[in-house]
Amino acid sequence: MASPPSRTSSAQTARSAPYNHDNPSDPPDFGTGGTVSLRWGDFLFQTSSVAAAASILVVLAALFVLLVVDSRESLVRYGIAFATSSVWDNVKEQFGALPYIYGTLVTSAVALVLAGPIAVGAALYVAEYAPAWIRTPVSFTIELLAAIPSIIYGLWGFFVLTPVMRTTVEPALQRIFGPIPVVGILFQGAPIGKDLLTGGVILAIMIVPTIMAISREVILAVPPAQREGMLALGATRWESLRHAVLPYARAGIAGAAILGLARALGETMAVTMVIGNSSRAITGSLFTPGYTMASAIANQFTEADTAIYFSAIVEVALVLLLVSIAVNIVARLLVWQIGRGDPAALGGVLV
Amino acid sequence: MTIEATDARRMGPLIPALAVPAAAWKERAASDAAIGGHAMRVESLSAWYGNHLAVHDITLDIKPRAVTAIIGPSGCGKSTLVRCLNRMHEVTPGAPRVSGRVLLDRHDIYAPGVDPVQVRRHVGMVFQKPNPFPSMSIYDNVVAGLKLTKAPSKAVLDETVERCLRQAALWDEVKDKLKQSGVSLSGGQQQRLCIARALAMAPRVLLMDEPCSALDPIATYKIEALITELKREYTIAIVTHNMQQASRVSDFTAFLLAADDRIGRLVEYGETAELFTAPKDERTEAYITGRFG
Repeated sequence: MASPPSRTSSAQTARSAPYNHDNPSDPPDFGTGGTVSLRWGDFLFQTSSVAAAASILVVLAALFVLLVVDSRESLVRYGIAFATSSVWDNVKEQFGALPYIYGTLVTSAVALVLAGPIAVGAALYVAEYAPAWIRTPVSFTIELLAAIPSIIYGLWGFFVLTPVMRTTVEPALQRIFGPIPVVGILFQGAPIGKDLLTGGVILAIMIVPTIMAISREVILAVPPAQREGMLALGATRWESLRHAVLPYARAGIAGAAILGLARALGETMAVTMVIGNSSRAITGSLFTPGYTMASAIANQFTEADTAIYFSAIVEVALVLLLVSIAVNIVARLLVWQIGRGDPAALGGVLV
Repeated sequence: MTIEATDARRMGPLIPALAVPAAAWKERAASDAAIGGHAMRVESLSAWYGNHLAVHDITLDIKPRAVTAIIGPSGCGKSTLVRCLNRMHEVTPGAPRVSGRVLLDRHDIYAPGVDPVQVRRHVGMVFQKPNPFPSMSIYDNVVAGLKLTKAPSKAVLDETVERCLRQAALWDEVKDKLKQSGVSLSGGQQQRLCIARALAMAPRVLLMDEPCSALDPIATYKIEALITELKREYTIAIVTHNMQQASRVSDFTAFLLAADDRIGRLVEYGETAELFTAPKDERTEAYITGRFG
């Protein structure tokens, strides 16, 4: 432990001649136990940091307890059927949240599929190809997108994206993919614009900045020796990206995708405005109006006039919390496996 | 090395841009004796980073099937020089630039129209820090370069992996774990894996940029023994700040030095035995006797 200068012995400060090792009358000063105030500082710092860490767990636990208590009535009455039934009828007091769970998972998956390649592509451009004078403004602009309040995305989605989806994008998708078996199932029905697909698209736009910004940092952190090692074998620039840089960065890029996914799972306002807000039963098509769990809560919370209705809404929140935690755990396992650089193990997780 | 690879080398350049008519090739082969024989000749080479001249007017030969050491204190430009020999200098950040000529088997690798990517397939490189690709197995690391250009059959790949790992004196240590990640090996093993990876491309010249600087003495000893073994079939240029290493492994030595202007210049070039026992330049003598650097 380093001693503050004030506690240095006078014998040391006053000495001008070289230390005389043969003089036993001048022992080194190791302190005399007068370091209590210093230990107090240690104690205070340690305690406060432990408290800070513990408070996060306490908040999570409190959240969980509150949700369980407030949804008790619904939990007891519907049991597991709450998560497996597709009927949501507050008049008949039948509450099954499966369409909401489905809506959340599907819109988030669509968002990830659309945003992932675009974000990683943009990150590669900024990190590897862009000249310095372009790099900063492009990065700044993309990161600025992350700071835009979601209600603004919602309004834009409502007035701009929805009509475009209805009149142009969805009919085109239907023409191209509709006749193909299996894939075509996703694009059946009347293109109405306000549906799961549009919800996924707006989420994709919102999570691109997150994934892009983190991927860029990850790509920039790949050691130059990895790039050069591949170039020195006669690889082109693209080949060195493809075979050295991206594999090295893949755990970090997957981590970036998870952060994007986490945002997509919980996003409420923008999705509510474009998803159609319908509790109808699940179909395979993305052209179905639906609900995500978050948008269902936001939309119906104020209408919950009976105790059981309110309780059911809170249970949706509980399920959303559990689904988010589950997705995060699975995704983290995935990143961990990828990070070990063992391709076989990755396959094991995916299967 | 297999017979095919040796034949391919005798048959002449594989790079279209470097191809010469057979008659001219014969004529040049005849003049080989006059030149004294070289795999690579560096002629009036200067290299810059932006406005900073890093090495100035270097002329030296890299003799075939021999080890040429490039020595000198830190900052003398020896790494820059060696990175000019496979056109890696130009991928370094900081506005790199080169002037002069570098002849590989009498063909200028800086001639207009020469593709640097092709040059690097003929001039291999081993780096200061071992840099195996962590996402690839040991097996895939060895054939990473081969797989870039063509899709060789499994039999060819298997043969290449075993041959190159044997040449790199690594086969016995890894033959039972070829599917494991390349980074599961020790530092010295990783560096030998990187050597095997470079050998798999059957390079005409192998460049080594301080290959032992991150290794312990035993691993260093193994690499040095390996270099001595490899020079029977390969042409090697090695950068080192370790004079003992240069004197142990090399046949020819080039001594570079940067004066106060931080511009690296060639002070002396000659046979290693001569340069270390009877240096012609007093700066060389000062350096090899440990008076600076």
